[in-house]
Amino acid sequence: MKIGVLVSEGPYTHQASDSAYNFVKAAIEKGHEIYRVFFYHDGVNNATRLTEPPRDDRHIVNRWTELSKQHNLDLVVCIAAAQRRGIMDENEAKRQGKDADNPAEGFRISGLGQLVEAGIQCDRLVTFGD
Amino acid sequence: MFTSSEDMDTDEGGVVKKFMFVNRKAPYGTIYALEGLEVVLISAAFEQDVSLAFVDDGVYELKKSQDTKPLGQKNFSPTYRALEGYDIEKLYVERESMEARGLTEDDLLVDVQVVSSAELAGLMVEQDVVISF
Repeated sequence: MKIGVLVSEGPYTHQASDSAYNFVKAAIEKGHEIYRVFFYHDGVNNATRLTEPPRDDRHIVNRWTELSKQHNLDLVVCIAAAQRRGIMDENEAKRQGKDADNPAEGFRISGLGQLVEAGIQCDRLVTFGD
Repeated sequence: MFTSSEDMDTDEGGVVKKFMFVNRKAPYGTIYALEGLEVVLISAAFEQDVSLAFVDDGVYELKKSQDTKPLGQKNFSPTYRALEGYDIEKLYVERESMEARGLTEDDLLVDVQVVSSAELAGLMVEQDVVISF
């Protein structure tokens, strides 16, 4: 089955990103295709490489990066939601005159159309959030 | 939440799915209503069969005469009136949610279909994709 995933809450504050991660891993193990993981609302905060949790805790951001490397996952962050919350890639940072960019490896920033497209292309769209 | 894509229709433009956006939150206090509306507007560009449902505090999103000046936030409620121009005309308001909040159809800023909770459940079952905000 072709599956799209929507993550709409931030890391650590909320279980959504953990549950989405476990779901994606399990779905891949069962032979399903993860078409895309889309991060919206505070979910965009899952994408910042500046995240540094205490050492005895899971690293939610790095975990997504690793999973993306292993399975060539498409991790997409909504640009409008990201800009509100200080998540910005190199090109956008230049355009906005900012001195830094912060998406972690494996994440790309794109438009909301990517979420709608996932809804159209996938057999299921599964939401993780409130 | 799982959404089914069985019984998909197609037209010349390609796949047309039934999308329902479920609005559950008050317009201010959290960003869900505003960012939800942004998804709705983008979806119009994909020529899908889009409908909106308003339940729980989401019915407040359609309340007439919103004044956000004291909040220091933008009043985005006029955007709901623009949906018609995007060919998004199926707006459902759950009767139970509306009545529990002392509202009537006259309090709402756009034309809607008021449906019971059971009717809304029936509409949700017909959808290919349901996204909640």
